[in-house]
Amino acid sequence: MNGIDRVAKAKERQKVIISSLLFLVVFILFWQLNTKPSVGGKTEGLPGPLAVAERAWEMLSDPFYDRGANDKGIGVQLAYSLGRLVVGYSAASIVAIFLGVVLGLYPTLYRAANTYVQILKPISPLAWMPLFLYTIKDSAWAAVMVIFMSSLWPTLANTAFGVNSIKRDYLNVSSLLQLSWLRRLFKVILPAAAPAIVAGLRISIGSAWIAIVAAEMLIGGTGVGYFVWNEWNNLQLNSVIFAILTIGVVGVLLDLGFVRLAKAVSYTE
Amino acid sequence: MALLKIDFVTKYFAGSNGTGDLCVFRDVHFNIEKGEFVTMVGHSGCGKTTLLNIIAGLETPSKGGIILDGKEVTDPGLDRMVVFQNFSLMPWLTAYENIRIAVRAAYPKWERQRIDEYVQQYIDMVGLAGSEHKRPAALSGGMRQRVGLARAFAVQPKVLLLDEPFAQIDALTRGVIQEELVRMWMATKNTVFMVTHDVDEAILLSDKIALMTDSPEARLAEIIEVTVPRPRSRETLIDHPEYTRIRKYIIHFLVERSRKIQEQGGMAVADRTVLAI
Repeated sequence: MNGIDRVAKAKERQKVIISSLLFLVVFILFWQLNTKPSVGGKTEGLPGPLAVAERAWEMLSDPFYDRGANDKGIGVQLAYSLGRLVVGYSAASIVAIFLGVVLGLYPTLYRAANTYVQILKPISPLAWMPLFLYTIKDSAWAAVMVIFMSSLWPTLANTAFGVNSIKRDYLNVSSLLQLSWLRRLFKVILPAAAPAIVAGLRISIGSAWIAIVAAEMLIGGTGVGYFVWNEWNNLQLNSVIFAILTIGVVGVLLDLGFVRLAKAVSYTE
Repeated sequence: MALLKIDFVTKYFAGSNGTGDLCVFRDVHFNIEKGEFVTMVGHSGCGKTTLLNIIAGLETPSKGGIILDGKEVTDPGLDRMVVFQNFSLMPWLTAYENIRIAVRAAYPKWERQRIDEYVQQYIDMVGLAGSEHKRPAALSGGMRQRVGLARAFAVQPKVLLLDEPFAQIDALTRGVIQEELVRMWMATKNTVFMVTHDVDEAILLSDKIALMTDSPEARLAEIIEVTVPRPRSRETLIDHPEYTRIRKYIIHFLVERSRKIQEQGGMAVADRTVLAI
Protein backbone atom coordinates (compact mmCIF):
# COMPACT_ATOMS: atom_id res chain seq x y z
CA MET A 1 0.00 0.00 0.00
CA ASN A 2 1.47 3.37 -0.89
CA GLY A 3 1.49 6.57 1.15
CA ILE A 4 -1.40 8.25 -0.64
CA ASP A 5 -3.63 5.25 -0.02
CA ARG A 6 -2.71 5.24 3.62
CA VAL A 7 -3.53 8.93 4.05
CA ALA A 8 -6.87 8.46 2.28
CA LYS A 9 -7.67 5.53 4.52
CA ALA A 10 -6.78 7.41 7.68
CA LYS A 11 -8.98 10.31 6.56
CA GLU A 12 -11.87 7.96 5.88
CA ARG A 13 -11.42 6.46 9.32
CA GLN A 14 -11.46 9.87 10.91
CA LYS A 15 -14.74 10.70 9.17
CA VAL A 16 -16.30 7.47 10.38
CA ILE A 17 -15.29 8.11 13.98
CA ILE A 18 -16.55 11.71 13.93
CA SER A 19 -19.91 10.69 12.41
CA SER A 20 -20.20 7.88 14.88
CA LEU A 21 -19.65 10.23 17.84
CA LEU A 22 -22.15 12.64 16.30
CA PHE A 23 -24.80 9.90 16.22
CA LEU A 24 -24.20 9.28 19.91
CA VAL A 25 -24.48 12.93 20.85
CA VAL A 26 -27.69 13.35 18.84
CA PHE A 27 -29.16 10.24 20.41
CA ILE A 28 -28.34 11.30 23.96
CA LEU A 29 -29.67 14.82 23.38
CA PHE A 30 -32.89 13.39 21.94
CA TRP A 31 -33.16 11.08 24.91
CA GLN A 32 -32.52 13.87 27.45
CA LEU A 33 -35.03 16.20 25.80
CA ASN A 34 -37.70 13.53 26.02
CA THR A 35 -37.20 12.97 29.71
CA LYS A 36 -39.16 14.86 32.28
CA PRO A 37 -37.08 16.37 35.07
CA SER A 38 -37.19 14.40 38.25
CA VAL A 39 -39.37 15.77 40.98
CA GLY A 40 -38.10 15.16 44.47
CA GLY A 41 -35.99 12.15 43.56
CA LYS A 42 -38.94 10.46 41.81
CA THR A 43 -38.64 10.16 38.08
CA GLU A 44 -41.67 10.53 35.88
CA GLY A 45 -41.62 8.59 32.62
CA LEU A 46 -38.34 7.29 31.25
CA PRO A 47 -35.19 7.98 33.25
CA GLY A 48 -32.78 10.27 31.48
CA PRO A 49 -29.21 9.50 30.41
CA LEU A 50 -27.80 11.09 33.55
CA ALA A 51 -29.90 8.92 35.86
CA VAL A 52 -28.88 5.82 33.92
CA ALA A 53 -25.22 6.83 33.95
CA GLU A 54 -25.42 7.37 37.69
CA ARG A 55 -26.94 3.92 38.13
CA ALA A 56 -24.34 2.41 35.79
CA TRP A 57 -21.55 3.93 37.84
CA GLU A 58 -23.10 2.51 40.99
CA MET A 59 -23.51 -0.97 39.48
CA LEU A 60 -20.10 -1.04 37.87
CA SER A 61 -18.22 0.17 40.91
CA ASP A 62 -19.35 -2.91 42.84
CA PRO A 63 -20.28 -5.53 40.27
CA PHE A 64 -19.79 -8.68 42.33
CA TYR A 65 -21.79 -8.16 45.52
CA ASP A 66 -24.30 -10.81 46.53
CA ARG A 67 -26.96 -9.83 49.06
CA GLY A 68 -29.43 -12.64 48.72
CA ALA A 69 -31.74 -13.92 46.04
CA ASN A 70 -32.98 -10.65 44.55
CA ASP A 71 -29.97 -8.42 45.10
CA LYS A 72 -26.84 -9.41 43.19
CA GLY A 73 -24.27 -7.32 41.34
CA ILE A 74 -24.40 -7.08 37.56
CA GLY A 75 -21.11 -8.99 37.34
CA VAL A 76 -22.60 -11.90 39.28
CA GLN A 77 -25.68 -11.92 37.06
CA LEU A 78 -23.54 -11.82 33.93
CA ALA A 79 -21.43 -14.67 35.25
CA TYR A 80 -24.55 -16.79 35.67
CA SER A 81 -25.72 -16.01 32.17
CA LEU A 82 -22.30 -16.58 30.60
CA GLY A 83 -21.91 -19.83 32.54
CA ARG A 84 -25.17 -21.16 31.09
CA LEU A 85 -24.14 -19.88 27.70
CA VAL A 86 -20.77 -21.64 27.81
CA VAL A 87 -22.27 -24.98 28.84
CA GLY A 88 -25.23 -25.00 26.45
CA TYR A 89 -23.37 -23.45 23.57
CA SER A 90 -20.30 -25.69 23.83
CA ALA A 91 -22.41 -28.83 24.00
CA ALA A 92 -24.51 -27.68 21.04
CA SER A 93 -21.44 -26.76 19.01
CA ILE A 94 -19.79 -30.14 19.54
CA VAL A 95 -22.96 -31.98 18.59
CA ALA A 96 -23.66 -29.67 15.64
CA ILE A 97 -20.15 -29.89 14.19
CA PHE A 98 -20.09 -33.65 14.57
CA LEU A 99 -23.50 -34.12 12.94
CA GLY A 100 -22.71 -31.47 10.35
CA VAL A 101 -19.53 -33.25 9.28
CA VAL A 102 -21.39 -36.55 8.97
CA LEU A 103 -24.21 -34.99 6.96
CA GLY A 104 -21.76 -33.06 4.84
CA LEU A 105 -19.78 -36.15 3.96
CA TYR A 106 -22.82 -38.25 3.06
CA PRO A 107 -25.03 -36.30 0.63
CA THR A 108 -27.79 -38.92 0.87
CA LEU A 109 -28.05 -38.44 4.63
CA TYR A 110 -27.80 -34.68 4.11
CA ARG A 111 -30.78 -34.63 1.80
CA ALA A 112 -32.73 -37.04 3.99
CA ALA A 113 -32.15 -34.98 7.13
CA ASN A 114 -32.48 -31.57 5.52
CA THR A 115 -36.29 -31.51 5.63
CA TYR A 116 -36.30 -32.05 9.38
CA VAL A 117 -33.54 -29.54 9.99
CA GLN A 118 -35.50 -26.97 8.01
CA ILE A 119 -38.61 -27.65 10.12
CA LEU A 120 -36.73 -27.54 13.44
CA LYS A 121 -34.63 -24.48 12.60
CA PRO A 122 -37.33 -21.77 12.72
CA ILE A 123 -38.73 -22.95 16.06
CA SER A 124 -38.04 -20.41 18.78
CA PRO A 125 -35.78 -22.16 21.28
CA LEU A 126 -38.11 -20.96 24.05
CA ALA A 127 -40.90 -23.12 22.65
CA TRP A 128 -39.00 -26.14 23.94
CA MET A 129 -38.95 -24.78 27.49
CA PRO A 130 -42.04 -26.62 28.80
CA LEU A 131 -40.74 -29.92 27.46
CA PHE A 132 -37.38 -29.40 29.12
CA LEU A 133 -38.97 -28.33 32.40
CA TYR A 134 -41.15 -31.42 32.32
CA THR A 135 -38.38 -33.88 31.41
CA ILE A 136 -35.37 -32.42 33.26
CA LYS A 137 -37.37 -31.06 36.21
CA ASP A 138 -34.69 -28.45 36.86
CA SER A 139 -35.21 -24.91 35.69
CA ALA A 140 -31.49 -24.01 35.52
CA TRP A 141 -30.76 -26.96 33.26
CA ALA A 142 -33.87 -26.27 31.24
CA ALA A 143 -32.40 -22.82 30.49
CA VAL A 144 -29.13 -24.44 29.45
CA MET A 145 -31.08 -26.71 27.13
CA VAL A 146 -32.81 -23.68 25.60
CA ILE A 147 -29.34 -22.29 24.85
CA PHE A 148 -28.44 -25.67 23.40
CA MET A 149 -31.44 -25.57 21.06
CA SER A 150 -30.81 -21.98 20.06
CA SER A 151 -27.20 -22.60 19.04
CA LEU A 152 -27.58 -25.99 17.41
CA TRP A 153 -29.11 -25.31 14.01
CA PRO A 154 -26.99 -22.51 12.54
CA THR A 155 -23.78 -24.40 13.30
CA LEU A 156 -25.22 -27.69 12.07
CA ALA A 157 -26.52 -26.25 8.81
CA ASN A 158 -23.34 -24.28 8.12
CA THR A 159 -21.03 -27.20 8.93
CA ALA A 160 -22.99 -29.57 6.71
CA PHE A 161 -22.94 -27.03 3.90
CA GLY A 162 -19.25 -26.28 4.38
CA VAL A 163 -18.20 -29.93 4.42
CA ASN A 164 -20.50 -30.78 1.53
CA SER A 165 -18.95 -28.10 -0.65
CA ILE A 166 -15.30 -28.95 0.04
CA LYS A 167 -13.50 -29.01 -3.29
CA ARG A 168 -13.20 -32.52 -4.71
CA ASP A 169 -9.47 -31.88 -5.26
CA TYR A 170 -8.64 -31.74 -1.56
CA LEU A 171 -10.44 -35.01 -0.93
CA ASN A 172 -8.69 -36.56 -3.94
CA VAL A 173 -5.32 -35.59 -2.52
CA SER A 174 -6.19 -37.06 0.84
CA SER A 175 -7.23 -40.34 -0.76
CA LEU A 176 -4.04 -40.44 -2.85
CA LEU A 177 -2.08 -39.93 0.36
CA GLN A 178 -4.16 -42.58 2.13
CA LEU A 179 -4.64 -40.32 5.13
CA SER A 180 -6.18 -42.02 8.14
CA TRP A 181 -9.70 -40.81 8.87
CA LEU A 182 -8.49 -38.85 11.89
CA ARG A 183 -5.85 -36.99 9.90
CA ARG A 184 -8.31 -36.55 7.06
CA LEU A 185 -10.78 -34.99 9.52
CA PHE A 186 -8.32 -32.69 11.27
CA LYS A 187 -5.96 -31.84 8.43
CA VAL A 188 -8.36 -31.62 5.50
CA ILE A 189 -12.09 -31.65 6.25
CA LEU A 190 -12.24 -29.35 9.28
CA PRO A 191 -9.73 -26.77 7.99
CA ALA A 192 -11.40 -26.76 4.58
CA ALA A 193 -14.84 -26.21 6.10
CA ALA A 194 -13.58 -23.98 8.93
CA PRO A 195 -14.71 -20.66 7.44
CA ALA A 196 -18.27 -21.99 7.03
CA ILE A 197 -18.22 -23.62 10.48
CA VAL A 198 -17.04 -20.44 12.19
CA ALA A 199 -19.70 -18.44 10.34
CA GLY A 200 -22.24 -20.87 11.80
CA LEU A 201 -20.73 -20.63 15.28
CA ARG A 202 -20.93 -16.86 15.08
CA ILE A 203 -24.63 -16.88 14.19
CA SER A 204 -25.20 -19.42 16.95
CA ILE A 205 -23.55 -17.41 19.71
CA GLY A 206 -25.68 -14.45 18.68
CA SER A 207 -28.92 -16.36 18.88
CA ALA A 208 -27.83 -18.06 22.11
CA TRP A 209 -27.20 -14.67 23.73
CA ILE A 210 -30.61 -13.48 22.56
CA ALA A 211 -32.31 -16.62 23.88
CA ILE A 212 -30.62 -16.60 27.30
CA VAL A 213 -32.24 -13.29 28.30
CA ALA A 214 -35.72 -14.56 27.51
CA ALA A 215 -35.06 -17.95 29.10
CA GLU A 216 -33.85 -16.33 32.33
CA MET A 217 -36.91 -14.11 32.45
CA LEU A 218 -38.99 -17.28 32.41
CA ILE A 219 -37.04 -19.40 34.86
CA GLY A 220 -36.16 -16.61 37.29
CA GLY A 221 -33.56 -16.71 40.03
CA THR A 222 -30.31 -15.61 38.39
CA GLY A 223 -28.81 -14.16 35.23
CA VAL A 224 -29.09 -10.88 33.32
CA GLY A 225 -32.50 -11.85 31.94
CA TYR A 226 -33.84 -12.32 35.42
CA PHE A 227 -32.13 -9.11 36.52
CA VAL A 228 -33.99 -7.12 33.83
CA TRP A 229 -37.30 -8.63 34.84
CA ASN A 230 -36.67 -8.15 38.55
CA GLU A 231 -35.73 -4.50 38.13
CA TRP A 232 -38.87 -4.01 36.07
CA ASN A 233 -40.89 -5.45 38.91
CA ASN A 234 -39.12 -3.00 41.21
CA LEU A 235 -39.90 -0.25 38.68
CA GLN A 236 -36.18 0.53 38.53
CA LEU A 237 -36.16 1.58 34.89
CA ASN A 238 -32.69 3.07 35.00
CA SER A 239 -31.39 -0.36 36.02
CA VAL A 240 -33.37 -1.90 33.18
CA ILE A 241 -31.84 0.47 30.65
CA PHE A 242 -28.39 -0.09 32.08
CA ALA A 243 -28.91 -3.87 31.83
CA ILE A 244 -30.08 -3.55 28.22
CA LEU A 245 -26.89 -1.68 27.34
CA THR A 246 -24.79 -4.25 29.19
CA ILE A 247 -26.43 -7.10 27.27
CA GLY A 248 -25.63 -5.30 24.03
CA VAL A 249 -22.00 -4.69 24.95
CA VAL A 250 -21.43 -8.31 26.01
CA GLY A 251 -23.07 -9.47 22.77
CA VAL A 252 -20.67 -7.34 20.76
CA LEU A 253 -17.67 -8.70 22.68
CA LEU A 254 -18.79 -12.28 22.06
CA ASP A 255 -19.21 -11.50 18.37
CA LEU A 256 -15.80 -9.83 18.18
CA GLY A 257 -14.22 -13.04 19.44
CA PHE A 258 -15.70 -14.85 16.49
CA VAL A 259 -14.64 -12.18 14.04
CA ARG A 260 -11.08 -12.85 15.18
CA LEU A 261 -11.55 -16.60 14.94
CA ALA A 262 -12.98 -16.20 11.43
CA LYS A 263 -9.90 -14.25 10.41
CA ALA A 264 -7.64 -16.95 11.83
CA VAL A 265 -9.26 -19.79 9.90
CA SER A 266 -9.92 -18.02 6.62
CA TYR A 267 -7.90 -18.89 3.54
CA THR A 268 -7.76 -17.82 -0.09
CA GLU A 269 -7.66 -20.46 -2.80
CA MET B 1 7.25 -57.49 -17.28
CA ALA B 2 5.93 -54.01 -17.66
CA LEU B 3 5.60 -51.99 -14.46
CA LEU B 4 2.27 -50.48 -15.44
CA LYS B 5 -0.24 -52.17 -17.69
CA ILE B 6 -3.25 -50.29 -18.97
CA ASP B 7 -5.36 -53.28 -19.87
CA PHE B 8 -8.06 -52.61 -22.48
CA VAL B 9 -9.64 -49.77 -20.55
CA THR B 10 -12.98 -48.41 -21.78
CA LYS B 11 -14.85 -45.51 -20.18
CA TYR B 12 -18.48 -44.56 -20.62
CA PHE B 13 -20.03 -41.43 -19.19
CA ALA B 14 -23.73 -41.40 -18.41
CA GLY B 15 -25.41 -39.45 -21.20
CA SER B 16 -27.48 -36.41 -20.36
CA ASN B 17 -31.29 -36.71 -20.44
CA GLY B 18 -31.58 -40.23 -21.75
CA THR B 19 -29.33 -39.97 -24.82
CA GLY B 20 -27.67 -43.17 -23.70
CA ASP B 21 -24.15 -43.65 -22.42
CA LEU B 22 -21.34 -41.82 -24.10
CA CYS B 23 -18.21 -43.77 -24.79
CA VAL B 24 -15.22 -41.52 -24.10
CA PHE B 25 -12.53 -43.97 -25.16
CA ARG B 26 -12.47 -47.64 -25.98
CA ASP B 27 -10.01 -50.47 -25.43
CA VAL B 28 -7.01 -48.34 -24.55
CA HIS B 29 -4.16 -50.75 -24.12
CA PHE B 30 -0.47 -50.11 -23.53
CA ASN B 31 2.38 -50.79 -21.14
CA ILE B 32 4.85 -48.57 -19.37
CA GLU B 33 8.22 -50.00 -18.39
CA LYS B 34 9.99 -49.14 -15.18
CA GLY B 35 11.82 -45.82 -15.48
CA GLU B 36 10.02 -44.83 -18.65
CA PHE B 37 8.48 -41.42 -19.34
CA VAL B 38 5.36 -41.88 -21.44
CA THR B 39 3.16 -39.00 -22.53
CA MET B 40 -0.33 -39.15 -23.97
CA VAL B 41 -1.21 -36.46 -26.49
CA GLY B 42 -4.65 -35.83 -27.92
CA HIS B 43 -7.30 -33.19 -28.48
CA SER B 44 -9.24 -31.85 -25.52
CA GLY B 45 -12.03 -34.18 -24.52
CA CYS B 46 -10.40 -37.38 -25.77
CA GLY B 47 -10.40 -38.62 -22.19
CA LYS B 48 -6.70 -38.24 -21.40
CA THR B 49 -7.32 -36.86 -17.96
CA THR B 50 -10.03 -39.44 -17.33
CA LEU B 51 -7.56 -42.20 -18.17
CA LEU B 52 -4.98 -40.65 -15.84
CA ASN B 53 -7.58 -40.48 -13.07
CA ILE B 54 -8.45 -44.13 -13.68
CA ILE B 55 -4.78 -45.06 -13.28
CA ALA B 56 -4.68 -42.95 -10.11
CA GLY B 57 -7.73 -44.79 -8.79
CA LEU B 58 -9.76 -41.59 -8.59
CA GLU B 59 -12.18 -42.82 -11.26
CA THR B 60 -13.27 -46.32 -12.18
CA PRO B 61 -12.99 -47.83 -15.65
CA SER B 62 -16.18 -49.11 -17.29
CA LYS B 63 -14.27 -52.05 -18.69
CA GLY B 64 -10.71 -53.28 -18.37
CA GLY B 65 -8.29 -52.52 -15.57
CA ILE B 66 -4.96 -51.18 -14.40
CA ILE B 67 -2.19 -53.55 -13.40
CA LEU B 68 0.69 -52.09 -11.40
CA ASP B 69 3.66 -54.30 -10.60
CA GLY B 70 1.64 -57.43 -11.34
CA LYS B 71 -1.34 -56.46 -9.18
CA GLU B 72 -4.61 -54.92 -10.23
CA VAL B 73 -5.21 -51.51 -8.62
CA THR B 74 -8.68 -50.04 -8.24
CA ASP B 75 -8.30 -47.52 -5.41
CA PRO B 76 -5.97 -44.55 -4.92
CA GLY B 77 -2.71 -45.24 -3.14
CA LEU B 78 0.70 -43.86 -2.33
CA ASP B 79 2.23 -45.93 -5.15
CA ARG B 80 0.66 -43.53 -7.67
CA MET B 81 0.97 -39.79 -7.04
CA VAL B 82 -0.67 -37.17 -9.21
CA VAL B 83 0.57 -33.72 -10.12
CA PHE B 84 -2.62 -31.84 -10.92
CA GLN B 85 -3.23 -29.21 -13.56
CA ASN B 86 -4.81 -26.95 -10.92
CA PHE B 87 -2.07 -27.82 -8.40
CA SER B 88 -4.61 -29.04 -5.80
CA LEU B 89 -2.62 -27.73 -2.87
CA MET B 90 -4.36 -27.31 0.47
CA PRO B 91 -4.77 -23.51 0.68
CA TRP B 92 -4.79 -23.46 4.49
CA LEU B 93 -1.35 -25.08 4.66
CA THR B 94 1.98 -23.48 3.78
CA ALA B 95 4.09 -24.86 0.94
CA TYR B 96 6.18 -26.65 3.54
CA GLU B 97 3.15 -28.16 5.27
CA ASN B 98 1.67 -29.26 1.96
CA ILE B 99 4.77 -31.36 1.29
CA ARG B 100 5.09 -32.44 4.90
CA ILE B 101 1.60 -33.91 5.07
CA ALA B 102 2.48 -36.13 2.09
CA VAL B 103 5.83 -37.17 3.55
CA ARG B 104 4.23 -38.05 6.88
CA ALA B 105 1.67 -40.15 5.08
CA ALA B 106 4.28 -41.94 2.96
CA TYR B 107 6.72 -42.64 5.81
CA PRO B 108 4.59 -43.06 8.92
CA LYS B 109 7.42 -44.54 10.97
CA TRP B 110 9.86 -41.68 10.52
CA GLU B 111 10.68 -39.37 13.38
CA ARG B 112 9.89 -35.68 13.26
CA GLN B 113 13.46 -34.62 12.60
CA ARG B 114 13.94 -37.03 9.74
CA ILE B 115 10.67 -35.91 8.16
CA ASP B 116 11.67 -32.25 8.40
CA GLU B 117 15.09 -32.86 6.87
CA TYR B 118 13.55 -34.84 4.05
CA VAL B 119 10.93 -32.14 3.35
CA GLN B 120 13.64 -29.49 3.30
CA GLN B 121 15.63 -31.55 0.83
CA TYR B 122 12.71 -31.52 -1.63
CA ILE B 123 12.03 -27.83 -0.98
CA ASP B 124 15.61 -27.13 -1.99
CA MET B 125 15.42 -29.49 -4.98
CA VAL B 126 12.53 -27.63 -6.58
CA GLY B 127 13.93 -24.21 -5.69
CA LEU B 128 11.31 -23.23 -3.15
CA ALA B 129 13.76 -22.25 -0.44
CA GLY B 130 12.75 -18.90 1.02
CA SER B 131 9.10 -19.30 0.05
CA GLU B 132 8.38 -22.52 1.90
CA HIS B 133 6.44 -20.83 4.68
CA LYS B 134 4.05 -19.03 2.37
CA ARG B 135 0.60 -20.28 1.64
CA PRO B 136 -0.24 -21.22 -1.96
CA ALA B 137 -2.31 -18.06 -2.44
CA ALA B 138 0.88 -16.02 -1.94
CA LEU B 139 2.80 -18.01 -4.58
CA SER B 140 2.84 -17.67 -8.35
CA GLY B 141 1.50 -20.48 -10.55
CA GLY B 142 5.02 -21.69 -11.25
CA MET B 143 5.91 -21.78 -7.57
CA ARG B 144 2.69 -23.56 -6.73
CA GLN B 145 3.40 -26.29 -9.22
CA ARG B 146 6.90 -26.64 -7.78
CA VAL B 147 5.17 -27.47 -4.51
CA GLY B 148 2.97 -29.95 -6.40
CA LEU B 149 6.02 -31.60 -7.98
CA ALA B 150 7.92 -31.73 -4.69
CA ARG B 151 4.89 -33.26 -2.98
CA ALA B 152 4.60 -35.96 -5.62
CA PHE B 153 8.32 -36.73 -5.93
CA ALA B 154 8.81 -36.79 -2.14
CA VAL B 155 6.39 -39.68 -1.81
CA GLN B 156 8.57 -41.72 -4.21
CA PRO B 157 5.62 -43.44 -5.87
CA LYS B 158 6.03 -46.33 -8.29
CA VAL B 159 4.38 -44.20 -10.96
CA LEU B 160 4.13 -40.43 -11.20
CA LEU B 161 1.04 -39.18 -12.96
CA LEU B 162 1.27 -35.69 -14.44
CA ASP B 163 -2.04 -34.21 -15.53
CA GLU B 164 -1.22 -31.27 -17.85
CA PRO B 165 1.03 -30.00 -15.08
CA PHE B 166 2.20 -26.86 -16.87
CA ALA B 167 -1.01 -25.79 -18.60
CA GLN B 168 -1.77 -23.04 -16.09
CA ILE B 169 1.73 -21.62 -15.93
CA ASP B 170 2.95 -18.71 -18.06
CA ALA B 171 5.05 -19.73 -21.05
CA LEU B 172 8.42 -18.51 -19.82
CA THR B 173 8.19 -20.10 -16.39
CA ARG B 174 6.79 -23.23 -18.01
CA GLY B 175 10.02 -23.80 -19.93
CA VAL B 176 12.11 -23.41 -16.79
CA ILE B 177 10.02 -25.84 -14.77
CA GLN B 178 9.92 -28.34 -17.63
CA GLU B 179 13.71 -28.44 -17.60
CA GLU B 180 13.69 -28.82 -13.84
CA LEU B 181 11.34 -31.74 -14.25
CA VAL B 182 13.75 -33.30 -16.76
CA ARG B 183 16.53 -32.92 -14.21
CA MET B 184 14.45 -34.38 -11.38
CA TRP B 185 13.37 -37.26 -13.54
CA MET B 186 16.94 -37.99 -14.66
CA ALA B 187 18.06 -37.96 -11.02
CA THR B 188 15.29 -40.18 -9.68
CA LYS B 189 14.54 -42.35 -12.72
CA ASN B 190 10.88 -42.34 -11.81
CA THR B 191 8.30 -43.97 -14.02
CA VAL B 192 6.07 -41.22 -15.37
CA PHE B 193 2.79 -41.06 -17.22
CA MET B 194 1.86 -37.58 -18.38
CA VAL B 195 -1.03 -36.21 -20.39
CA THR B 196 -0.77 -32.98 -22.30
CA HIS B 197 -1.81 -31.26 -25.49
CA ASP B 198 1.48 -29.40 -25.74
CA VAL B 199 3.46 -31.22 -28.44
CA ASP B 200 6.78 -29.53 -27.61
CA GLU B 201 6.43 -30.41 -23.97
CA ALA B 202 5.76 -34.03 -24.91
CA ILE B 203 8.86 -34.24 -27.11
CA LEU B 204 11.11 -32.52 -24.59
CA LEU B 205 10.15 -34.80 -21.74
CA SER B 206 9.10 -38.20 -23.07
CA ASP B 207 10.60 -41.49 -24.10
CA LYS B 208 7.40 -42.45 -25.86
CA ILE B 209 4.34 -40.54 -26.96
CA ALA B 210 0.92 -42.16 -27.14
CA LEU B 211 -1.40 -40.55 -29.66
CA MET B 212 -5.15 -40.58 -29.07
CA THR B 213 -7.84 -40.08 -31.70
CA ASP B 214 -10.79 -37.78 -31.02
CA SER B 215 -13.71 -38.45 -28.70
CA PRO B 216 -16.31 -39.92 -28.68
CA GLU B 217 -14.98 -43.43 -28.79
CA ALA B 218 -11.41 -42.18 -28.78
CA ARG B 219 -8.81 -44.83 -29.32
CA LEU B 220 -5.11 -45.13 -28.83
CA ALA B 221 -3.88 -44.85 -32.42
CA GLU B 222 -0.15 -45.34 -32.07
CA ILE B 223 2.79 -44.99 -29.80
CA ILE B 224 5.87 -43.28 -31.18
CA GLU B 225 9.34 -43.32 -29.77
CA VAL B 226 11.11 -40.01 -29.21
CA THR B 227 14.48 -40.60 -30.82
CA VAL B 228 16.09 -37.35 -29.68
CA PRO B 229 18.99 -38.33 -27.41
CA ARG B 230 19.13 -37.22 -23.79
CA PRO B 231 20.03 -35.06 -22.01
CA ARG B 232 17.67 -32.67 -23.74
CA SER B 233 17.11 -29.02 -23.16
CA ARG B 234 14.75 -26.63 -24.87
CA GLU B 235 17.67 -24.97 -26.58
CA THR B 236 19.34 -28.04 -28.05
CA LEU B 237 16.01 -29.64 -28.83
CA ILE B 238 14.80 -27.11 -31.38
CA ASP B 239 17.94 -27.53 -33.49
CA HIS B 240 17.80 -31.30 -33.53
CA PRO B 241 16.56 -32.70 -36.88
CA GLU B 242 14.67 -35.52 -35.14
CA TYR B 243 12.68 -32.94 -33.18
CA THR B 244 11.37 -31.27 -36.32
CA ARG B 245 10.47 -34.62 -37.84
CA ILE B 246 8.60 -35.90 -34.78
CA ARG B 247 6.85 -32.60 -34.25
CA LYS B 248 5.64 -32.57 -37.85
CA TYR B 249 4.48 -36.16 -37.56
CA ILE B 250 2.47 -35.50 -34.39
CA ILE B 251 0.89 -32.32 -35.71
CA HIS B 252 -0.11 -34.04 -38.95
CA PHE B 253 -1.60 -36.75 -36.81
CA LEU B 254 -3.56 -34.34 -34.64
CA VAL B 255 -4.82 -32.29 -37.58
CA GLU B 256 -5.74 -34.99 -40.13
CA ARG B 257 -4.91 -38.54 -39.33
CA SER B 258 -6.60 -38.73 -35.94
CA ARG B 259 -9.92 -38.14 -37.70
CA LYS B 260 -9.17 -40.58 -40.49
CA ILE B 261 -8.15 -43.33 -38.13
CA GLN B 262 -11.25 -42.57 -36.13
CA GLU B 263 -13.41 -43.04 -39.22
CA GLN B 264 -11.77 -46.37 -39.92
CA GLY B 265 -12.60 -47.43 -36.39
CA GLY B 266 -9.14 -47.09 -34.98
CA MET B 267 -6.16 -49.34 -35.44
CA ALA B 268 -6.35 -53.01 -34.69
CA VAL B 269 -5.10 -52.88 -31.14
CA ALA B 270 -3.45 -56.26 -31.15
CA ASP B 271 -1.20 -55.39 -34.08
CA ARG B 272 -0.15 -52.04 -32.79
CA THR B 273 3.46 -51.83 -31.83
CA VAL B 274 5.72 -49.00 -30.99
CA LEU B 275 6.51 -47.09 -34.12
CA ALA B 276 9.95 -45.71 -34.53
CA ILE B 277 9.02 -43.20 -37.15
